[in-house]
Amino acid sequence: MSEMIQSNILEISYLIAAVTFILGLKMLSQPKTARKGNFIAAIGMTLAILTTILFHKQNGEGISNLGWIGGGIVVGSIIGYVMARKVKMTAMPQMVSFFNGMGGACAALISLNEFAHYTSGGEVTMMNGEVLVMLLGLLIGSVSFAGSIIAYGKLEGKIKDFVFPMQHIVNLSILAIIIAIGAYMMINNLADPVWIYLIFGLALIYGILFVLPIGGADMPVVISLLNSFTGMAAAFGGFLYGNYVMLTGGILVGSAGTILTVLMCKAMNRSLTNVLIGAFSSKGGPAAAGQGDLSVREVTPTDVAILCAYANKVVIVPGYGLAVAQAQHAVHEFEKILEGKGVDVKYAIHPVAGRMPGHMNVLLAEADVPYDKLVEMDDINPQMPNTDVVLVIGANDVVNPAAENDPASPIYGMPIIQAYKAKNCIILKRSMRPGYAGIENPLFFMPKTSMLFGDARDSIQKLIEELKAL
Amino acid sequence: MEAILSFLGENMDMLYFLILSIFLGIEVISHVPAVLHTPLMSGANAIHGVVVIGAIIVMGHADPGNYLALGIGFIAVILGTLNVVGGFVVTDRMLGMFRKKKDNK
Repeated sequence: MSEMIQSNILEISYLIAAVTFILGLKMLSQPKTARKGNFIAAIGMTLAILTTILFHKQNGEGISNLGWIGGGIVVGSIIGYVMARKVKMTAMPQMVSFFNGMGGACAALISLNEFAHYTSGGEVTMMNGEVLVMLLGLLIGSVSFAGSIIAYGKLEGKIKDFVFPMQHIVNLSILAIIIAIGAYMMINNLADPVWIYLIFGLALIYGILFVLPIGGADMPVVISLLNSFTGMAAAFGGFLYGNYVMLTGGILVGSAGTILTVLMCKAMNRSLTNVLIGAFSSKGGPAAAGQGDLSVREVTPTDVAILCAYANKVVIVPGYGLAVAQAQHAVHEFEKILEGKGVDVKYAIHPVAGRMPGHMNVLLAEADVPYDKLVEMDDINPQMPNTDVVLVIGANDVVNPAAENDPASPIYGMPIIQAYKAKNCIILKRSMRPGYAGIENPLFFMPKTSMLFGDARDSIQKLIEELKAL
Repeated sequence: MEAILSFLGENMDMLYFLILSIFLGIEVISHVPAVLHTPLMSGANAIHGVVVIGAIIVMGHADPGNYLALGIGFIAVILGTLNVVGGFVVTDRMLGMFRKKKDNK
């Protein structure tokens, strides 16, 4: 094949891949076509990678070091496949964060390597514009990598929130230093690799400090943001090589990821700045102080089983506690028995139930809960006054009435599932510890509320036994 | 400054492309239901794995004697592939569960 034809094939396959990415994202945003969309994008990606290896030419030379490249692809594929297959559905958010970090690291390493290509004998031989693009790729890729790994650690429970005084000022200073170094390099045409490693190191530190103070409850927003960062880093890589498929893929993810981040913030009724700067304060605030000496009512599984069995309508509000206890299968069984007794059972899904929007749907789907039983918040709230029993399983903040009536509460304004409007409220909970965001919940102290303490799965197993015995 | 301006001027078509792509990205996903936020994020995550192509290009033109470049490039290829393969497989697993649900209906 002549070189001309090869390069045409490469360009056309890039075009096809770019189209598959657009189609893929489009299809991923509709339930019916989502899986196909993912598959189509994957095919486009495979095509782009294969044709790059076969046909890419730079100054007339094809891709060499094929052994190294092939080896890297095989190793990466095996690790990626095994990790993605083995991960538990509850650990999904940290997995996404981890993979995102890998992409960021890849982008940063490309810039590190590329820098050497463009220098000779201590002089920068590349144009300043290209240095700028390369430095941006390095900076954003490194921040995304370090930040994602911290987010991963936080969701795994291995890293605690860490706040120190003047943190935001320290962070901004680091960012300013990075920019200053970059500008200094470009103005003076410095080619000493020391500078580039310094930027790399500082960017990693910035990424760590950027995510460390952000509360665990806000992690999904951060992951989504870092996801769009990695997209931008990939796009800078594409700009550097004039590679349109990298550019399309990167920019699409960069802008789609940003919008997704905003949508997630909206679901929580918080602004992005609020998430990034004003992390949930762990101070109780006035809401908590008022309820310090109120007591809660405890019930036995027998009482709860009887209450549910003779109800007309039961609504289950699942939260992350349910996922942690792996109770989704038990809950489904419980629901089936109740349905058998003629009780109308529905699940009320808060947009941010679980650790990520949509996470709870995935978990319940895993347990074969029928799709039409899952009702979104806006549709279930009007039904609440006619609901006999609400079972809140491992959820807390998403049913906290303080979000509606206590302007002093940090979650004031967040839309909630109005469990407090139902006739009875049963809270399945491990202990009286406040929820993930560390906020007291007045719902627990209401007269119509009863608490069933214990591990979610054990409690539901007991409920099932009681129901069967009735 | 001049160098940057001329760089932008020379790459005008790419800039147009970039800006149009930004709007396209926003348009494409702006009607996504909350249920699909997680799979969509995960799918988008796999797509930015396209950065692995950059790693392959750097690697493919590295001097075979330069072990530092080869080493960094090799790691970049591994990490990029991990992003692509892991991302697509994990998204497919999530979405597979949604489909099972429909069959039961």
